[in-house]
Amino acid sequence: MGQEGKSEVSEDTERFDAIIVGAGLAGCTAAYLLAEKGLEVVVIERGSFAGSKNMTGGRLYGHSLEKVIPGFAERAPVERRVSKERISLLTEDSGFTIDFTSESLKDPSRASYTVLRSKFDSWYAEQAESNGAMFIYDICVDDLIVREGKVCGVIAGEDEMEADVVLLADGAVSLLAQRIGMRPAPTPQATAVGAKEVISLDERTVTDRFGLASGEGCAWMFDGYVTDGHIGGGFLYTNEDSVSLGVVTTIGDVDHSATTVPEMLRRLEGHPLVAPLLEGGKVIEYTGRLILEGGFDALPKLLDDGVLLLGDSAGFGINVGYAVRGMDLAIESGRLAAETVCDAKRAGDFSAASLASYRSRLEGSFILKDMRFYRKFPSFMEGTRNMFTSYPEMVEEIMMGMFTVDGSDPVRLKTKVKGAIGKVGLWNLAMDVKHGMGAL
Amino acid sequence: MEDMTIDEKLAVDKFHVDEGHEHICVDADASPSEIERLVKLCPAGLYRLDGTGRLTFDYAGCLECGTCLVVGLGGVVRSWSYPRGGMGVEFRQG
Ligand SMILES: Cc1cc2nc3c(=O)[nH]c(=O)nc-3n(C[C@H](O)[C@H](O)[C@H](O)COP(=O)(O)OP(=O)(O)OC[C@H]3O[C@@H](n4cnc5c(N)ncnc54)[C@H](O)[C@@H]3O)c2cc1C
Ligand code: SF4
Repeated sequence: MGQEGKSEVSEDTERFDAIIVGAGLAGCTAAYLLAEKGLEVVVIERGSFAGSKNMTGGRLYGHSLEKVIPGFAERAPVERRVSKERISLLTEDSGFTIDFTSESLKDPSRASYTVLRSKFDSWYAEQAESNGAMFIYDICVDDLIVREGKVCGVIAGEDEMEADVVLLADGAVSLLAQRIGMRPAPTPQATAVGAKEVISLDERTVTDRFGLASGEGCAWMFDGYVTDGHIGGGFLYTNEDSVSLGVVTTIGDVDHSATTVPEMLRRLEGHPLVAPLLEGGKVIEYTGRLILEGGFDALPKLLDDGVLLLGDSAGFGINVGYAVRGMDLAIESGRLAAETVCDAKRAGDFSAASLASYRSRLEGSFILKDMRFYRKFPSFMEGTRNMFTSYPEMVEEIMMGMFTVDGSDPVRLKTKVKGAIGKVGLWNLAMDVKHGMGAL
Repeated sequence: MEDMTIDEKLAVDKFHVDEGHEHICVDADASPSEIERLVKLCPAGLYRLDGTGRLTFDYAGCLECGTCLVVGLGGVVRSWSYPRGGMGVEFRQG
């Protein structure tokens, strides 16, 4: 059991330059870079190893990790490089799919990779460790030491540990950021829940069934039937010898229908478009996770005296309903936090004023630029339920009209399309397109 | 792929159950509409109604996602914390 081999925090309070809470992607990045610069850094993780508590959908955009470890994909346990993008609109028994394949998706500067976090985070923590960072597992940080308004260290059970600065990289729930008042408790409207299962299939089967070249992967989003009208959607990512299949739905939307989250995933598994691809597969893991989707307008206080928030605990992420992006932001925030801490160390000043350059670094980076760009998206999603209900049905009707030959009287395509759109209402469609474009 | 119940899926996961330390405590007398929400939202399906319509909850299969913390704290959820270090679910895939 987990308690065996529990690393004890020393009685006589050790001092570090930096304590990082959480060995996820944000925490490992900061640890890797701070240790590289020779700082004394310790990462405290509640799981038994890095990645043991972490899940994701599946796609890591490589650009930010590329800056930390150039050419990382050659060495890291990535699953497949994404070369095929698919988006499907589903009704109960139909699917309309856009399939995009391009050689330029493979360009290293913009490549993305499917990953499984248990393996990936363990590897990343090892890299940080070989740079000199220390990792302590099996310890859950309960609280922070705060003196005269400055965060000075962490408390875990009876143990205390102090440092010049504490980096909170403890994920979306971040009880610690809430405890010291840097972040309000997340509201149901601004959070989503994700459920995912990993289904094993052999490597060759994945490659063949998804029409891929060896080592290449598919990223697939689903909109419509699975979430039963809830804001959200489904996803599928191909791994080396398995498939990650999951759903995401906004928590505040729960009263919209009677369908449970596990049932949404069963809808996806059993859908005629998906089921044949999973034939013979076996579920080898089932996971769930919270997603913050308040976006730019819900960002918390990002720094204070002696403390910085990183990755999900800072709310860095972009959720456009069916697709979630947070890993490349978590890594970039880890890198910017490390730069900030190095500057503060040189100045010997870890006050909020000195750490304020974290904010300006974030402003200058893709993190806040992208989040600002997508800031209207959360309210757009709330405003247009058609995305998840009528549009998939409209598309089904148009496609059925185009592809059906059954001996009945011919109808002009224009008339068929008009009829299908008529049900949604041309005005509604036009307004959704207008608002949708405006939100982007 | 065969059709599996949520219990069959959870049975595939690895858990270090911290016997005697419930990290989430629930109130079975909370408002039925709030309970209903958690029955729908918990990805592990741990909030259930028994034959008499009363809430049953088992912390042992918890995926530690935090959804019931966001929705239920102060209502259905009396207290919520992570399991003690090293305990709880352990992802081998993630
Ligand atoms: C269903 C789903 C699909 C997603 N799909 C994608 C995707 O395809 N692409 C993408 O880029 N992003 C995706 N995301 C988002 C992405 O997973 C997150 O943004 C990313 O994992 C954040 O990394 P992090 O390092 O900030 O936090 P985490 O990975 O959550 O790491 C936090 C760490 O802190 C530890 N911890 C927490 N509290 C304590 C404590 N008190 N003491 C000690 N340790 C603690 C945890 O055990 C964990 O190891 C998805 C998310 C979900 C839920
Ligand atoms: S934390 Fe998540 S998995 Fe655990 S009981 Fe709450 S909702 Fe269910």
